[in-house]
Amino acid sequence: MSDQEKTSVDIKKIKIPVPIINPETRAFWDATAKGQLLIKKCSDCGKVHYYPRNICPYCMSDNTEWLQCSGKGKIYSFSIMRKAKVPYCIAYVTLEEGVTMMTNIIKTNLDEIAIDMDVVLDFVDNGEGSALPYFSKV
Amino acid sequence: MSIKGKAYIAGIFEHTLRKAEDKSLAQLHAEAAKGALEDAGLSYSDVDAYFCAGDAPGLGSLSMAEYMGLNLQYIDTTETGGSSYVAHIGHAAAAIAAGKCNVALVTLAGRPRAEKMQTGTGTRNWGVDAPEAGFELIWGPTVVNMYGMAAMRHMHEYGTTSEQLAWIKVAASHHAQHNEHAMLRNVVTVEDVVNSPMISDPLHRLDCCIISDGGGAFVVVSPEIAKTLKRQSVKVLDHGEAPKHLAAGQVDLTYTGAAWSGPRAFAEAGVNQQDIKYASIYDSFTITVLETLEDLGFCEKGKGGEFVQDGNLISGVGKLPFNTDGGGLCSNHPANRGGMTKVLEAVRQLRGEAHPKVQVPDCDIALAHGTGGSIGTRMGSATVILGREDA
Repeated sequence: MSDQEKTSVDIKKIKIPVPIINPETRAFWDATAKGQLLIKKCSDCGKVHYYPRNICPYCMSDNTEWLQCSGKGKIYSFSIMRKAKVPYCIAYVTLEEGVTMMTNIIKTNLDEIAIDMDVVLDFVDNGEGSALPYFSKV
Repeated sequence: MSIKGKAYIAGIFEHTLRKAEDKSLAQLHAEAAKGALEDAGLSYSDVDAYFCAGDAPGLGSLSMAEYMGLNLQYIDTTETGGSSYVAHIGHAAAAIAAGKCNVALVTLAGRPRAEKMQTGTGTRNWGVDAPEAGFELIWGPTVVNMYGMAAMRHMHEYGTTSEQLAWIKVAASHHAQHNEHAMLRNVVTVEDVVNSPMISDPLHRLDCCIISDGGGAFVVVSPEIAKTLKRQSVKVLDHGEAPKHLAAGQVDLTYTGAAWSGPRAFAEAGVNQQDIKYASIYDSFTITVLETLEDLGFCEKGKGGEFVQDGNLISGVGKLPFNTDGGGLCSNHPANRGGMTKVLEAVRQLRGEAHPKVQVPDCDIALAHGTGGSIGTRMGSATVILGREDA
């Protein structure tokens, strides 16, 4: 076993969860199955937000549209849950588009993870019709 | 209209137990209520307003009003997690000032130990309808790793160290040694804290508060009623409150809602940081205290690490004695909500009834601050400034 395998989260060993989906977020999760990460952009004020809402939290407009993200981002902060049965890294990643989202960092040596590290979207299918937007080191 | 001097805290009670396997949740609330009312020289029949939060069983205020046989004309079930009970003081004072009620009872109780709740390491689930649920629960957010991310970012931006955070636990432990009811009474060192097991980077086991059962209560009354009571009352000088959230994705974990609730409380109370002789600061984790102290203006933003080190929070040693009961880090954190006990120790200090080893001399003005939710996601902040009867 290499050092990398010892210290990074092996996604084969964890059960990929199924997200809670509601009518407002259905399109977001349907897109993940096609490998797309969507955020919301307001057609009136032009601001982007996450997690997605039908009504813009900046200007109250209900004229919001989906925007596909590039999948590139930087780690804003992270913490490694050492006490878990399989230690994992929770993180906030700031996307190129300007919003910060909660995620997990996978396929990356846990001791190498750092704030400002460049990371890239790494979808993992959960076998239940959606995929989870994990991130890993570029 | 300010609430300054419009209401007084006339009675307090804190359960001495820390594990409550043989008591019901409603019973714990009622025992705390009875204790606080007796301390004030009042009884159930005097209560005309009842305040509780999400820890109250069943239908909350309605279930507990029935259990205690209260006849009420005012209720408030503001739920902002552990900060609720600090906010309740401001709400009770406003209601009293508006003539809506005269004797407001506030209770908290819980039994997370007896129920073997995975308080710190289980995924926090606020229900499937929570709008954020689909975008958070899949990532394993726990209390510890969310606060861990705040600490990690604060360290990154300001150079705060684990040793500096450890000083907060060290100070709490110095106080807890004198509290016979404290769950952890051993004095610890900075080395003990940083060498304790890592729970979720960068927070060690001793950076985390304890998990305890029990409860507490206090009674807020009108000035007219306070005058009729034998017990020394504590004057409400004012309060401030604020929620903070993830701001539609503009996340900043380096500050808390105290940055808003604090200035509001200070402005209305007409006092400043130098006037505060004692501070109860919510201490779910060491980082909670550090960010809150900065946000309340006790030091410059980012300088919290320097401020707390070298015993500056230890009563009789440092400039700002804090959590002289041992706080949530060492003494008590009933229902996983520390706002109640923060108020209670502030009242003890103002009455001159803290343990003699930690009592602040001539303590005339004190601050109590509550934090709810998670400083890593959405949170409630509430600050109250209290004064001695003559303040």
